[in-house]
Amino acid sequence: MSMVMKLKGIGLFTPWFHFTNSEARKNLINNVLKNVGIPFFAFMIFLGVWQVSAKSVVTSLGQVPGPSEVFQQAKGLWGEYQADKEKEQLFYERQESRNAKKLEKNPDAKVKWREYRGRPTYFDQIFTSLKTVFTGFFIAVLIAVPLGVLTGLSQTLYIATNPIIQIFKPVSPLAWLPIVTMVVSAVYVSDNPMFDKSFVTSAVTVTLCCMWPTLMNTSVGVSSINQDLLNVAKVLRLNWFTKVRKVILPSAIPMIFTGMRLSLGVGWMVLIAAEMLAQNPGLGKFVWDEFQNGSSNSLGRIMVAVLTIGIIGFLLDWIMLSLQRYFSWDKTAANR
Amino acid sequence: MSQSHLIVDHVTMEFPTANGPFMALDNVHLKIEKGEFVSLIGHSGCGKSTVLNIIAGLYQATKGGIVLDGTEVNEPGPERAVVFQNHSLLPWLTAYENVELAVNQVFSKTKSKREMKEWIEHNLELVHMSHALHKKPDEISGGMKQRVGIARALAMEPSVLLMDEPFGALDALTRSHLQDSLMEIQRDLKSTVVMITHDVDEAVLLSDRIVMMSNGPAASIGEILKIDLERPRHRLELADDKKYNGYRSEVLRFLHERHAKPDVPVKVA
Repeated sequence: MSMVMKLKGIGLFTPWFHFTNSEARKNLINNVLKNVGIPFFAFMIFLGVWQVSAKSVVTSLGQVPGPSEVFQQAKGLWGEYQADKEKEQLFYERQESRNAKKLEKNPDAKVKWREYRGRPTYFDQIFTSLKTVFTGFFIAVLIAVPLGVLTGLSQTLYIATNPIIQIFKPVSPLAWLPIVTMVVSAVYVSDNPMFDKSFVTSAVTVTLCCMWPTLMNTSVGVSSINQDLLNVAKVLRLNWFTKVRKVILPSAIPMIFTGMRLSLGVGWMVLIAAEMLAQNPGLGKFVWDEFQNGSSNSLGRIMVAVLTIGIIGFLLDWIMLSLQRYFSWDKTAANR
Repeated sequence: MSQSHLIVDHVTMEFPTANGPFMALDNVHLKIEKGEFVSLIGHSGCGKSTVLNIIAGLYQATKGGIVLDGTEVNEPGPERAVVFQNHSLLPWLTAYENVELAVNQVFSKTKSKREMKEWIEHNLELVHMSHALHKKPDEISGGMKQRVGIARALAMEPSVLLMDEPFGALDALTRSHLQDSLMEIQRDLKSTVVMITHDVDEAVLLSDRIVMMSNGPAASIGEILKIDLERPRHRLELADDKKYNGYRSEVLRFLHERHAKPDVPVKVA
């Protein structure tokens, strides 16, 4: 109810500015109201609806958490993180003084330095997820861009690969995961592995699911190059490699970036599912563990994860958009 | 035996279509001397661009061929530089870099880095673009883009400069500026130019000969008009010139009366 009053309030106040301030200032205020005010109020309404409707659903784990409960859980997770940091610091202090004492008694004594191994905190899990998604994404780009260039250049290759791409594109990460898990277990054998198997499995699954938009956009970007530019390349007698490097690739850059942006979005979405099943210690595993844990806090903590996933996804998209604006010559393409 | 610089030797061009081959050009034969400025004029779709593309090597003639300085050519090359109608600059490169791409390709073995830099700047100077060397195509006007396109073509030091309606997309004032620039450049460099146009004034003002093409399909050369006007030519002085206006009306008459009926006798002015 108060929301409605506030919304009406804008209408009441704007004419007042109109009479007392310059036109420019009025425009500025209108812009701020439009671009900040409207989203803000919409968000408030969203929180209100959430709070009210959450109360009406009771699960076996208690009520579905509303915004205030979720905020409490977020604070709780932050507290746990702080506590863990403190524990870590204390651990190292103890270790240091212990070793110092040992060395004082006997300068030749062998001292042991151990790393602190606590349970991964929420922020460790976010970091793991980011590391995994970027690894998967980079592998995908490394495969998709060259392949896209080749299929864009050769009609034959395009016709040859298109059915395969169309078949694998819609496959869910959940379907890939068992296969990837088995393959990684069989192939990735090492006594002293650099990466956890769960990490490799998740990253490869991300790659398999997110390479398609980059592949297809690169291919379309390359094949839809302006014929006149190709004629320029012909008149100049550019060799194949120079033609690709100086004419075709730059021309396809806007489309490649659009594809990469879509890919990273898909990769992030897929990662959570992959981590849940692969038990890669990231946000997906956090959600799964909380679900299995089933305490009264679980739903609230999962909701924190949901919001975190959303916000990070939004930030990743924003980063890609900024990169596109910076690197791409076609500034209009970045607004699409 | 003296041989022409560029010979379009009995060229016939057929394009395959779903309903069998479509004959675009029928037996086009044309000899062009060194330093000559030749315009191709005709209605749209009469195959002017096809002729130019065949000379450039972008199309292969079905019959006949192109002979440049006594050698048959059948693939594109920088010695037949093309100025495209829509400038065709690489949009991610600056004016300087666009010309640089061409110069690197043509002169990297014969010129030093410094010479190439001077050559690039010299050619952009020729088209009066020195003030915008480091602007990208998006940041300059249509006329300026076309100037850079011309500079890029000139920088290849071509033995024939091919221009495909180079000023077609420009406003009248910009077009006349560029025509004047082109006349200056041609006077200084003595380049051989083959230009496509649909602008009668442009053709008469710039050319030594105007090749008027009959309408397609199976287009061929309808008539060739020699323009015997002294150079340098000035558009204002020529506006009231009897000879100039005679040539003008002859081209107009061809375009509007005789293009489809080449048998009607020519009235000699």
